[in-house]
Amino acid sequence: MQLTNRKKVVSNKEQSFAERIYFPAIIKGMAITFSHLFKKRPTIMYPEQQREYAPIYRGQHVLKRDDNGAERCTSCGMCAVACPAEAITMESAERKKGEEHLYREEKYAAKYEINMLRCIFCGLCEDACPKEAIFLTDKIVDAHFERDEFIFGKDKLVEKMEQRVDVSKRQTPEVLAFKKIPGLKHNELFTEKLEKGKKH
Amino acid sequence: MAVFLFYKSLLCLAVFAVSLGIAAYSTWWERKFAGLLQDRWGPSRAGWWGLLQPLADGGKMLFKEEIIPNVSNKFLFVLAPGLFIVTAIMAGVLIPWAPDLVINGVSYPMQVADINVGVIFLLGVTSIGVYGIMIGGWSSNNKYSLLGAIRASAQMISYELAMGISLIALIIACGGTLSFREIVGMQDAGVANIVLQPLGFIIFFVCAMAETNRAPFDLAECETELVGGYHTEYSAFKLGLFLFAEYINMFVSSAVMAGFYFGGYNFPFSAELYHMMGLEPGSWMISMIGFIAYFTKTCIFISVFMWIRWTIPRFRYDQLMNLGWKTLLPLSLFNLLLTVVIEFFRGNLHF
Repeated sequence: MQLTNRKKVVSNKEQSFAERIYFPAIIKGMAITFSHLFKKRPTIMYPEQQREYAPIYRGQHVLKRDDNGAERCTSCGMCAVACPAEAITMESAERKKGEEHLYREEKYAAKYEINMLRCIFCGLCEDACPKEAIFLTDKIVDAHFERDEFIFGKDKLVEKMEQRVDVSKRQTPEVLAFKKIPGLKHNELFTEKLEKGKKH
Repeated sequence: MAVFLFYKSLLCLAVFAVSLGIAAYSTWWERKFAGLLQDRWGPSRAGWWGLLQPLADGGKMLFKEEIIPNVSNKFLFVLAPGLFIVTAIMAGVLIPWAPDLVINGVSYPMQVADINVGVIFLLGVTSIGVYGIMIGGWSSNNKYSLLGAIRASAQMISYELAMGISLIALIIACGGTLSFREIVGMQDAGVANIVLQPLGFIIFFVCAMAETNRAPFDLAECETELVGGYHTEYSAFKLGLFLFAEYINMFVSSAVMAGFYFGGYNFPFSAELYHMMGLEPGSWMISMIGFIAYFTKTCIFISVFMWIRWTIPRFRYDQLMNLGWKTLLPLSLFNLLLTVVIEFFRGNLHF
């Protein structure tokens, strides 16, 4: 009884003379390997030559400052909520008088830590951030010997004003446009406030 | 006498140095060629095109820790690599590298020893070579080593038969001389022995590949089955000597093939070329050109060995034995018969 039509008759035919003496097959194989002598090689000579990173490569995080040098992060915790690996922890603090040049808004992150061993570099934190404060950069996280050395605090994450991190490739016009739709207009609101403050 | 001793020892030293140098650079070329065949670049860091790689490898081998297993037979364990490399280099004394050099009417052959039973000496020395593998594998007291050694010796014995018989056919075709020098010298008329012995050459080539334990016949040390084969327990420079000896074997058998079947230092229209350049027989220029021709042929054979290694997968052990006993041996006997019949009708054979 035939149940399916998938039955195959295996061909077990005798090898021909040419197949049995192997030489044609060997010569053919050697011709194939020889032709590879002249093929283009995909090798990248690493230290001299480097593969170009994708513009949206997701490496180590940076906490951005604004153009006046104030930290943008307001410790809202959206990134920590969004993080699927639960790598981000933070402690908030209130801005004191006279610290306006350090922190952009009334609340700031006194402690901000990312565990780089937990982080899966998915980039959901930068998607979640309403303040354009956290970005992933093309810097590869350094190797360390101890586990606790992988918990990066603000000392490593916050960008320094003398060496600002360029994230313009990640802030595509589309992303910026998205973040500027009504209700998310924190940038304009802030500049308005700043200008008001300057007038007073 | 003093001149003779000086020239012989100089020649010995040259053969020794060339053998070792070729072995070292064979390791480099093996890796480079394998890389090029596989769309890679191969060694490229140590020196231009990785040309200092053999030095780096040799340095590494020298400075690594030398381990002699407690359970091994220490005397034989130390003896084996030395034996292997000595026999490998010994076969090199037969090779007539270039046409004779004539200085002040005295002829200096570019060959360390012209033994009148050279072919038999060659077969004998290559057979002794297997003792290095056998002793090394056995004295390691390791199952893998022993298996590799047993395989190597069985393989050597099986393929030596077909090799010897194909050589007998060659000797008959060459008029019965056993001297390497004369066999090479006979080919200066422009006809290389490959024309007379095409089947014999193929048999000899396959057997030479098996004798030198090269892929696809590298069952003595196949990594997938036997870890490292007979040199599993060896480390540091003893391992280096084993690997070196294998490359020297390859070099010598390439030179033998080039000499026996491809005319050695002769090449087509060599006499016309020398005549055109106005060179007297025995001048150093002829020796130089002849040496370059022989050396080029040898290097091409070494490359072909490598080319085959990186193309064809390894035989299964029963396939290896089948090929040796059921195919090559009858084939070489048939070749012998054919040669005898042809030479008889050409009138070169006298009973």
